[in-house]
Parts: sequence; C-alpha cells; structure tokens
Amino acid sequence: MAARKLAITGGRVIDPAQGIDRVADVLISNGKIEEVTESSSGTAPEGYEVLDASGKIVSPGFVDLHTHLRDPGQEWKETIVTGTRAAAHGGFTTISAMPNTDPVQDSAAVVDDVMRRSAADGVVRVLPIGAISIGQKGKQLAPMGELADSGVIGFSDDGNPVSDANLMRQALSYSAELGLPIINHAEDKKIGAGGVMSAGAVATRLGLAGVPAEAETVMVARDLHLADLTKARVHIPHISTVGSLVALQSAKECGVDVTAEVTPHHLTLNDEWVFGLKGEVPDTIGSEAYDTNTKVNPPLRSRADVEAVIDALGEGLIDIIATDHAPHADTDKVCTYNEAAHGINVLETAFSSVFQLVDPGKLSIVRLIESLTAGPAKILRKDLGSLKKGFSADVAIIDPGSKWVVDPTLFESKSVNSPLAGLELEGRVVTTIYQGETVFDLSPVAEAGAKQ
Amino acid sequence: MTNPTTTTATEESVLLDSDTAVETDSVVTPRHHLLDLDDLSATEITELLDSAEGMLEITNRDIRKTPALRGKTIITMFFENSTRTRVSFEQAGKILGADVINVTASASSVSKGESLLNTVKTLQAMQIDALVVRHPHSGAPYFISNHTDAAVVNAGDGTHAHPTQSLLDLFTVRNHVGDMEGKKIAIVGDVLYSRVARSDILAFQKMGAEVTVSCPNTLIPDEWRLGSTLGEETGFGGLKLAKTVDEAVDSADVVMALRIQQERQDAGHLPSLREYSDRWGINSKRMALANDGALLMHPGPMNEGVEIASDVAHGAQSVVEEQVRNGVAVRMAVLYTLCAPGKFTRIGNGDED
Repeated sequence: MAARKLAITGGRVIDPAQGIDRVADVLISNGKIEEVTESSSGTAPEGYEVLDASGKIVSPGFVDLHTHLRDPGQEWKETIVTGTRAAAHGGFTTISAMPNTDPVQDSAAVVDDVMRRSAADGVVRVLPIGAISIGQKGKQLAPMGELADSGVIGFSDDGNPVSDANLMRQALSYSAELGLPIINHAEDKKIGAGGVMSAGAVATRLGLAGVPAEAETVMVARDLHLADLTKARVHIPHISTVGSLVALQSAKECGVDVTAEVTPHHLTLNDEWVFGLKGEVPDTIGSEAYDTNTKVNPPLRSRADVEAVIDALGEGLIDIIATDHAPHADTDKVCTYNEAAHGINVLETAFSSVFQLVDPGKLSIVRLIESLTAGPAKILRKDLGSLKKGFSADVAIIDPGSKWVVDPTLFESKSVNSPLAGLELEGRVVTTIYQGETVFDLSPVAEAGAKQ
Repeated sequence: MTNPTTTTATEESVLLDSDTAVETDSVVTPRHHLLDLDDLSATEITELLDSAEGMLEITNRDIRKTPALRGKTIITMFFENSTRTRVSFEQAGKILGADVINVTASASSVSKGESLLNTVKTLQAMQIDALVVRHPHSGAPYFISNHTDAAVVNAGDGTHAHPTQSLLDLFTVRNHVGDMEGKKIAIVGDVLYSRVARSDILAFQKMGAEVTVSCPNTLIPDEWRLGSTLGEETGFGGLKLAKTVDEAVDSADVVMALRIQQERQDAGHLPSLREYSDRWGINSKRMALANDGALLMHPGPMNEGVEIASDVAHGAQSVVEEQVRNGVAVRMAVLYTLCAPGKFTRIGNGDED
C-alpha cells in the first residue's frame, strides 16, 4: 500500500490552503503528497501509476467536523464501516464523530473504542468529538482533560443544547486551557417548545408547530458573550439564522475566538421543502407533503435565512461547511412529521448539492472547496485539508459536468433519509483517495458499460 | 373527494330513495380522500352541501336508514378523544347502511406500541372501504392515505385541518343566510392551535365570505400579525385581523367562538382564563354589536363562561346544537360521496373545474 506511486494528471488542482488553482499534476508516493507540479506535463514520471484527471477538479480530500456515525449504540442506522464508506463516496477523507452515541463518548474508554475500531474498520480518518457533559445531560462536565488526552478534537453535546448558562461558561473556561473548541448546539428549547419545523407561513399552513429563528439566535448570542468572558474557543455548529449571523459578525469584530459552520441543507433548502415538492409551493397540500426527510434540527429556515447563510459563507463570516450527516432508519422517518426523528443523510450529496450554487454565481468553487478543506483543517489545527508536500495523500476528484440523480437506495450509508431523492444534480465526486489509496471510484460501477 | 361524474340516475335510485337529493350530474372532481378543503372548489363544496340537504332529510325520518352503503366497511380511528365527531361519523355511516367499526388508540394495539404504519397496514389487510381518522399530529391523514387503498377522511389532524367541521359550519350558515358572498364572519379565539379556525378560514373565504379574526397576540401565528405573509400561497390570503374583539364582531353576520384550553394559560399564552373571558369572551354585549339576527357558532366542546357566556351559548342566536345535528348529514354526504358503489373506482381521473 504505502509503496503506491500515483500521478493524478491534467486536472484543475484547487488547493486553497496553498493558493493553488491551476492545471497541474499531483504526485503521490508512500501515502503522502509528493508534489503539485507547476503545470501538467501530460505524462507521469517513470514508475507512477497514472490517473487521468483532465476535465476534472482535483481537491484535497474533504474534512467534515460534524458527522453522526451512530456507532456504538444505533448500528441499525449507521456504523463506522458504512459511515466512513459514505464519507468516501462524498469525497470526505476525514470526518468527526459526534459523541451522541450509546454509550455517549464522554469517557476515554468509549472514545478509545471508537478510535480503535475506526482505525481498523473505517475507510477514511475518523476524529472523535467528546461530550461536554456526562451523558450529554447538561448537568456535570465530562472529564474533558481525559477526553483531550484521548484525542478528541472538541467538545459537544450536539442535539442537546447546554441550556445551563453557567455550565456553558465553565465548559468554555475549562476547555480554554485545553485549546479545544466547544461546539454547542445552539437552541433555546423553551422558545417554540414542541416545534417541529421553522415557524412561518409554511408551518402555519401545514399546522405544524413552528420554532422561531430566535430559538437559535438567542443562544448563539449567549455563547459568544460567554466565549468572550472566558477567552475560550467556540465553534458554532449548523448556523442557520440571520440573527445568528449578526451576532457572529459582531463577535468576530470584537475578537472573540469563534468559528462557525453551515450545513449543505441550510445552504440549499428552505422550509418550503416540507411541502414535499423539492421547494415548490403547491396550491393545495398533496400526499407528498409533510416530507419527514426534511425534518432536521435546526429546521430548514426561510428563504431570507438561506440567502444570508450563502452570502456569509462566501464572505468568510461563516468559516466552513460541515455536513451534520444524521442517518436515520425507516422506522424513524416513515411516520408522522411529529414522530419523525431530526436529521438528514448528507455525506454522499454534500458536495454536489452545494456545487449547485457555483454555476449561478452564488458561491465560488474555490471558496466552496476551501470551506470543505483548508477551513476545517485550520479549526482542527492539523496537517490536513491541503495538498502540501508531506501531507497525507487525501484527494477528492470532482467531475463538474457529471449529471446524476440522487438515489438514496444506492447510498453507501445504511440509511436513506435524504430529501434530495430524485433530484438531478450536476457535478459530483468521482474518485476519493485516502492516504494514497483509492477508497472510492465511481467509474467501475457507473461507467462500466461505457468504458470500452 | 371522490364523487360521481357519470353515475346514472338509475344507479342512484337503486341506492337511495328517489326523494333523496343526491346529485346525478356532479362536477365534483373524483378524488380519493377528504384531507383538507384546499383542493375543493366553491362549486364542489356547494354540491356536497346540496347532497347534505338530502341527507338531512333522511336523518329527520322516523326510520333513519338507507341501504346506500350496505356492504361497505368504515373504520373510525380516533387517536384523540372526541365525542361529537366520532359519534357523528358513526351515526352517518350507520344511517347509510355501512358497517362502522370504531377503533380508539387506548383500546387498540397502538397502546402496545404498534406504529401508525403497521396499524394502517393491519386495517388495510381487512379490506376496508373508508378510514375516518382523528390524530393529534398534523398531516397524519396524508401519511395514512399513502399507505391504504381505503378512502381517508380527515376527522381532525393536529392543528392542520378539520374539513368536515368546516363543511357543517358552511352548511349551517347557508341554511340561515343563503349565499355567503360578502357575508362577514368573525372568528374569535385560539387561532394558533385551532384546526377548526384554519379550515373555516379556508372554507368561508372560498364561498366568498369575508373572514375577520380576533385573538390575543400570543394565540396567532407571528407572521400573520406582521401582515407580510398573509399570501395566497398559504391559502389564508384575504384574511383580516381585528385589533379588538369588538372590531371583529362589529356588524358581523356570523360570530364564531373557539374553545380556549386550560393548557394555554399553563403554557403562558394567557395571563388567566378570567382575563381572556373579559377581553375576548363572547357575551350578549358583544353579540349586540353584530348584525341583527347574526348567528353564534361554536365547534364545541364549549367552556361556558370562558370563551362564550352561558346566556348567549344557549340563546336565540346560538346555532351550536344545530351545528351538531347538521354534522351527521354533512358526514353522510362525505361518506356517500367517497364510498358509494360505482364511484370508488373512478379515482383521480378528472380535472379541476
């Protein structure tokens, strides 16, 4: 394995960490990046296996800071094996395992187990996130020092907001010493209690209880003030409201050590998707309405919120894209909207769905790739997300012209909960290389017939 | 709604007594279910109400029975408590000769944890013709309709819709005022949580009436209050919000009080039921602001002394009991339209008028 010498030739290499955007060859050997050439020679050096990437985009492998692998505890939804395969299909070579497993990743023992099995069974890199509080119950801090020693890259009770402001303050203060970010799911559960989608005209029409955007905004604002107080690192997951962006802007201007992520779905879908017509607003509610695959937390927001997060990502106010990949089984989704679990299956559609913003000029391809590579790597403070010499040879190759229809039954993920099912997208990851090895290649499957 | 487009008079006469005014040249678009009123046109609603006229006549007979739905099986599936709606549907089905089986959540496998999907599949396997569903979750009847061949009738889902209640409200008003075009309807109360309010707003507006709503700010969708999203696209376009209950009731032809639940006070929507009663309760003083002979309606069950004063609740203008009586006839019309022999097979092959 380690001896593989590979030349990815003739592709448009985009590596925002190095400011590279040119047609070049990427040379790989011993699982590491050897070089990105000044221009494409059209041929590979002696002894290199050639991967022709002409017409394609060659990017560092994507890095996801927000993945739910469901393992241990809910292996019927996803496992480390299927989750990392899904990641590879989506171009991700590094993912971060959220701690809301069963048992919760709130001790070194559980984190060590996840890391050991990920290294053995996973096809890409898994970085664990530790819980903020014991059992994610928001009462008592988890052993954050022990978790840090085990290699967690941050702390989160994701899914459960830390509602106790003082506990949040202590968590920030404690983690400041460890240099790791607190990733708090910002949602005041009492505002719009019982809500199952974003408040607004769609919720009113469907009779679904609405959660106002302010449920997120007020806690984002709280956390930013507490981060300022404690001089800690705070990372805001799945930011989704105009109000949160205003708070974020103000905090960044004041020098708060804050970063923020937005999900592919909050960049591309709004609350009108709950009608079940892929964003179209019908005259009458149809049998496809109450699409439980659109139920997610934070909920799909208004058009104005979606436009605002796109702009904020483009401007860099929002630092990165993270998937919040949340697989759920049919029993959690084939039910009423109220009963349905929150979460969208994202890894395998993440790049393609956001790539749809590139053609209309809403987001540049370089910024898109930066937000999936250099951006998250910077937050991790790790040598990832770039094609720098000596870095792990993690590469995603994108065919920008390839059209495909989302079919969740073909997902590597164990679950199929995608609201994009049936949607045609243009542009997709066709090959993923992790540590110099090909962990996903579309061509043998989809293009087998066309190859000759 | 499924309804005949080509059913012959001969067929009709076999099914119903000839004096029963069920239409024979309907323009109602064939549909499978009644889930909301949004997909019914004013013409289609009028036809259903016309059909209910005939049904009302049957309910007034000494022997209240017709063989129209003989051999048909209707299941009422109530996942929420209900007296009037459930009994009303049961009686409607029985008068039409159908076999009506009542299932309640507490006395079914639902209480053993059976999922809604499996419950529906189980009932589906028994070859039923119609499922009348009451469910606390908005959209549940849509979900069910995707998993059964039976006609699904929404008997109230969460805070979404209660179409047969609205049809009976329209029927009741029509019987008193005739054409509803331009008539002023005041709806007072808990609009935020009321499926009746949502369906009635749609229904009365479809029939050309002018609907005005009054309630505390805490019991109305925020975006309505901001006025910016009363758009046609959500089906509530044209709705008026009154600043005070007096303004809403002023020169109204119909005043409808909605039930206020104790939970609203407990959840902080209201300071107290007493204050609600004082500021939004319908009493004789407020009814005096309405047009002479204005109707007072309530979907029930009433909290007398809270949203409606006892004297007006049982006064000359009150049509509350008439609403209940009409409910049976309207539900007969709905069940007949969806289940009558020769109709059920022509599903979805027509166009909207």
